[in-house]
Amino acid sequence: MAALELSSVRKTYTSGDAEIVALDHATLEVGDDEILALVGPSGSGKTTLLSISGGLLTPSEGTVVVGGQDISTYSAKQLTAFRRDSVGFVFQAVNLVPFLTARENLMIVNDFGSSRSHKDAKARAEKLLDELGLSHRVDNLPGQMSGGERQRVAIGRALMNEPALVLIDEPTSALDTKLGEQVMELIVSEVKSRDTAAVIVTHDQRMTRYADRTVTITDGVLAA
Amino acid sequence: MKLGLVELRRKPLRFAIAGSSLVLLSVLLLFLGGLLDGLFIGSTGLLRSQPGELVVYSSDAKDSLIRSRIDPEVRAKVEAVPGVSATGGIGVALVGGQLPDKTDLVNLSVTAFQLPVSSMPSDVSLAPDQALADRSLQAFGVDVGDTLLVGSAKTPITVTGWVSDTDYLQQGGFFVQPDTWREVLADSRPDSNLPPDTFQGLTVKLDSGADATTVADAIDAATGGATSTLTKSEAVQALPGIKEQNSTFSAIIYVTLFVAGLVVALFFALLTLERIGLYSVLKAIGASSRQIFGGVVIQAVIVALVSFVIGGVLMWLLTLVLPAEIPVAMEPARAVQIAVGLVVMSALGAAVSLRRVVRVDPASAIG
Repeated sequence: MAALELSSVRKTYTSGDAEIVALDHATLEVGDDEILALVGPSGSGKTTLLSISGGLLTPSEGTVVVGGQDISTYSAKQLTAFRRDSVGFVFQAVNLVPFLTARENLMIVNDFGSSRSHKDAKARAEKLLDELGLSHRVDNLPGQMSGGERQRVAIGRALMNEPALVLIDEPTSALDTKLGEQVMELIVSEVKSRDTAAVIVTHDQRMTRYADRTVTITDGVLAA
Repeated sequence: MKLGLVELRRKPLRFAIAGSSLVLLSVLLLFLGGLLDGLFIGSTGLLRSQPGELVVYSSDAKDSLIRSRIDPEVRAKVEAVPGVSATGGIGVALVGGQLPDKTDLVNLSVTAFQLPVSSMPSDVSLAPDQALADRSLQAFGVDVGDTLLVGSAKTPITVTGWVSDTDYLQQGGFFVQPDTWREVLADSRPDSNLPPDTFQGLTVKLDSGADATTVADAIDAATGGATSTLTKSEAVQALPGIKEQNSTFSAIIYVTLFVAGLVVALFFALLTLERIGLYSVLKAIGASSRQIFGGVVIQAVIVALVSFVIGGVLMWLLTLVLPAEIPVAMEPARAVQIAVGLVVMSALGAAVSLRRVVRVDPASAIG
């Protein structure tokens, strides 16, 4: 079963009388343990595709199936539950909660209504942080960590709910080349070790070598 | 909600501005409430402490003890009414009393009684030159054993014990035998020389199960309209200024609570604006608007409660240094009312942010 299937997905916005096409009949399939790099210039539709795949936006046309769930017609409430339980996000700006420790930043996903008990969630958070080389940082706030460490916490948060698909937005844009490569290696390692699929949006062509496949998007149109 | 609690614990200074404002408003609310209660208690204690359920005035007195006269003939008619089990004469003389070796006068409500009030022992017995003083007079230097020179004739009366919550029209309760009262009254107001057995009012105890309103109507009917009989609470409300005082202070208290709501609304509206980025991330990773909004409300409620507690402590310290002439009373019921009001208004104030929280777009977390 594919982790992500987009079938002729279209996303349009209106601006005055004009229709702006952000995504134009995009069709894409990502295997259940595949890492896909999505590259393209600014404004090409990368973020829109990522947002639709993660249930942050709904498509104007077409179907979106994630881990076997057709989310194209989900209500806002259903999408909230879907994002909580079925996908993981790593944001460009990391976006950790500044007043939560590393462990709490992972457990917050559980606090939003997961069926996992607090004790199990705590154990999983600590295990993930250990795997990410952050066992000494579990009780540190984001402000007490380096940029790379914060990025690793964000990766841990994305993996906390054991998602079928991890969506990663420009993971290396705020990091230097060396640290960026370390983070990419870590992402690949963590994703592959869990047989999870990932879509990585990047404008840095050097990072595409970490992906199983690279897809280019230009003006909302996908090209292999 | 948990997130909101953690933020409060870890970043308390973030809420300092709202908290400080609410502390000041809490002190103001408690002061106003204390003043209202102090004025009420100091004006109405004599009537509230009466043992009977009804108070009888003469009908031409417009429900004022000082203007009222109940002679033995009228009293006999009252006592004959079915449902009346006992009556006791009441009389007051609002005069000054001078403490030994002092020149300042203490305001006294020299009160005649036949049935002991609630804070007296049931077998109370006083000599003509003895009195039980209200504990409020302690603040003015009165103590047991003091002999006060009372009224225009400077009648010496010695305090032999205490009663509590018996003040009348902001004058300290000073309970004496009826004959002593008549003497003080006649000396202070020669036009008010009352014959023996005539009182200004009656407190009326009822038979068990008797309906107070029905008996009150029956008394006024039995006296041929010579009396105006009120329940104790009606008598309290009929005191001059009480209703106006209550409505004025209550209006100020409600306006202050409204201002507290506005302060919270403004603060949390600004805080929500500041947190839109964070909220969008939380929504993106699975938080619902309800969960985020619940956190905002719980923060507002806790800030209000903590501010109220700090305000309460400050108010208590303030009462220690306030002069006795300012009648502030800290009543638990009033404190609860203000705390509930503050919490409700804070929750409503925080609710102003609901629309903004609901409109936060999770997609904005991703750029």
